[in-house]
Amino acid sequence: MPAIRAHDLEQFRNIQRLAYRCAQTIAGELKPGISEKATAALMKTWLQDHGVQDWFHQPFAWFGPRTAFKGFDGLRHLGGFNLAFYPGKTRLEEGMPFILDCAPTIGAYTADIGYSGALGANPLVERLLDDLMAHRQLIVQLVKQRRPLAEVSQAVDRLCAEQGTLPRHKAYPFEVLAHRVEKLGERQRGPSIARFGVRNLYTLTRNALLTGRRQGWSPLWSSNARSDHAPTPGLWAVEPHLGWRGVGAKFEELLVVTADDAYWLDDDLPHVRRWQRRGLSTPQVAA
Amino acid sequence: MNAPLPSEPEQLRVQGDGVELAVYRWGNAAGPTLLLVHGYPDNHEVWLPLVRELAAEFQIVAYDVRGAGSSDKPRQRQDYHLAKLANDLEAVIRAVSPERPVHLVAHDWGSIQSWEAVTEPRIQPLLASYTSLSGPCLDHVGHWLRERLKQKRPGALLQLLGQLVSSWYIALFHTPLLPELAWRLGLGKLWPSFLRRVEGIRQPHRSRSQAADGAHGVKLYRANFIRSLLQPRQRGTEVPVQLIVPTRDRFVRPQLFAHLPNWAPTLWRREVHAGHWQLLAEPKQLALWLREFIAHLNGGAASRALQQAQIKPGAGTYAGKLVLVTGAGSGIGRATLLEFAERGAAVLAADINLPAAERSAELARALGAEAFAYRLDVGDSAAMQGLADWVAGKFGSPDIVVNNAGIGLAGGMLDTTSADWERLLRINLWSVIDGSRLFARQMIDAGKRGHIVNTASAAAFVPLRNYPAYATSKAAVLMLSECLRAEMAGHGIGVTALCPGLVDTAIIQATRFTGLDAAAEATQRAKAQRLYRRRNLSAETVAQHLLRGIERNRAVVAVGAEAHLSIAQWRFAPWLSRLLARLNLAG
Repeated sequence: MPAIRAHDLEQFRNIQRLAYRCAQTIAGELKPGISEKATAALMKTWLQDHGVQDWFHQPFAWFGPRTAFKGFDGLRHLGGFNLAFYPGKTRLEEGMPFILDCAPTIGAYTADIGYSGALGANPLVERLLDDLMAHRQLIVQLVKQRRPLAEVSQAVDRLCAEQGTLPRHKAYPFEVLAHRVEKLGERQRGPSIARFGVRNLYTLTRNALLTGRRQGWSPLWSSNARSDHAPTPGLWAVEPHLGWRGVGAKFEELLVVTADDAYWLDDDLPHVRRWQRRGLSTPQVAA
Repeated sequence: MNAPLPSEPEQLRVQGDGVELAVYRWGNAAGPTLLLVHGYPDNHEVWLPLVRELAAEFQIVAYDVRGAGSSDKPRQRQDYHLAKLANDLEAVIRAVSPERPVHLVAHDWGSIQSWEAVTEPRIQPLLASYTSLSGPCLDHVGHWLRERLKQKRPGALLQLLGQLVSSWYIALFHTPLLPELAWRLGLGKLWPSFLRRVEGIRQPHRSRSQAADGAHGVKLYRANFIRSLLQPRQRGTEVPVQLIVPTRDRFVRPQLFAHLPNWAPTLWRREVHAGHWQLLAEPKQLALWLREFIAHLNGGAASRALQQAQIKPGAGTYAGKLVLVTGAGSGIGRATLLEFAERGAAVLAADINLPAAERSAELARALGAEAFAYRLDVGDSAAMQGLADWVAGKFGSPDIVVNNAGIGLAGGMLDTTSADWERLLRINLWSVIDGSRLFARQMIDAGKRGHIVNTASAAAFVPLRNYPAYATSKAAVLMLSECLRAEMAGHGIGVTALCPGLVDTAIIQATRFTGLDAAAEATQRAKAQRLYRRRNLSAETVAQHLLRGIERNRAVVAVGAEAHLSIAQWRFAPWLSRLLARLNLAG
């Protein structure tokens, strides 16, 4: 895989900001009655208008109880490969929570972001968005300490238990808290299958089955044994997703892991600015 | 016992709507005016005990409703129509307090006819407040009945049937002549002993006009009931209403008031464990509530109890209730706390881990509830007493107490030291003893129809060689709850033992496994954790079942198939339980 340089990080940061700008813009345009499908299509058009021609995955949108992936575990034997994730006909209502998730690729660079909110006021969503801060701090802190990734994910599970929230990222395929994002070749566009971009998926699969297996790491970061390895240098799209009483909230952003350090690619993101606005800067729970 | 009346009342004759009414006035002319309207089959004398309590502070006016006491008694049924009764009430107010709005207090039929006035836009400006006891607005009842019929659910129809059964006397009053005959032939003489024996009034008042009041008053029913119930009108009011619900009232069921917030948006609701006439005969509580309510409406700060009594729009079923949960920092305790919070209760989270309790309170606040956190070691009786004192000082008394805190202990009898036993029993059993004792007392003193929940376990039904101490403590909690339930039944306080199965909570991590070294203990713990996780019974599920159980006042709430199975097995095939008890699960 190509090495990541400062120039690359700059490009990753740009596309991540673009993706968040998309989510924020579309979130601002949401009106009661719009469906998940229509919302996902709006995001796709917006991104295409801004030069996106390939994807890690095309945009997803979840509304209402679907933000907490309510009932998504019914087909657990499918390992989280579940049609329920795809945008559906659920329509947005006043006070309903929503999550917008998109992963655009421009050239070699991919971002994967998650943006949570509610149409109007929803105190439960506000609570969860506040609670996510401790997760963001905990994750980077433990990775800096070079703790095995499975252990970090288990610490997130424990923090959830203390908070009284449910780690709903366990509903994702392979119960992942995070997954790798690689720098691709310079080609501008690529095909998608079932909303997932083939170029990204190919790289991820190759890492999962060949490179990673040979080198003893997994591109799918979860609490399970296959993540029981030191943090692998590179970029990880980390997506803690909390659920509570039928409401879900997440963020997703890129974590940069180097041989001896780790940091969030960008601190100028909507959810971080929100915490700063609310004066929530101190860590709530130490690791 | 009772203070003497401050003085003989000033007597007035007021011209009502075509009748002359006997009006009586007592007390402090400078104070706010209370207007008291009596029910059936009473006359103004039913208010005398309350007048004694309040005459020093208020100007008190009571009158004999048409057909009762010394007022005129029209012969025609249509002269008892609600509109005329409301006109009478208006005439009395205009005669005694034309300048200042009055605080209306009414009981039974007085309350029914006062609703007519309170929901009449013409009369509303004359009223500063309305305190209603045991008498709903007939139009509201009409809407309630219609809604039940429309729902076509067995539960709704059952409620309807229950209400009709407890309203049997209303049907009787619609038969011609029979009620009049009964009153004339001696029911009037028997009435005080009915009040004493059935209603539990210690010194019932004897009224000379009892038989006449009873005989004339039946026209109130005949003139109004059928018309109002079959063709209910939309009747709302802007007047502040204090609704007092005696929960042991055998004539008016509390459910009739369920939709009142839709009609009277400025509403306070107080419940008391009392019968139909008790609050009037022993008026200390009523006097206190009236003082509080009126002082607040006149600009004073609301007492804690009054704040809790206020019904806010869209409030849940537990609005105004205070729920105390021990061990509320995690697991079933936290889930139960939040379930109550979501339904509008104010909640008090007690836990030995204060940050965890505070977190639970924070979550409850996110659900819109008022919430408090309290650090509590339930194993310390002095600390339990301290909590009880703090609750008494700050809130008066809780409505629901969930004695939930507990720990696990595994290991055979021979591996369990007496210190282990003592610690476990202190936390799992003694805390329940203290909690039940202290808070049952508070509920009784406050006249609350409360509920006590004690967390036992399905283990109370499952003997097993691996956890003698834990199962013993939980079996004891179960039996304690059963005995307490019997004792509390007479006070209207429900008691429920919660027996969940294998619930995935933090208790497993907090369980000690005696007789094992650290490594073996960790292995056992991980094994148990895996089993519980695979079972995947969540604390939220337990909490939902528990709340349903509380609503139905179940003696035992078992949650999880394994809990139901082991209870059935213990009952029908104890030999099998005994056989299985020999399996060494720690092997």
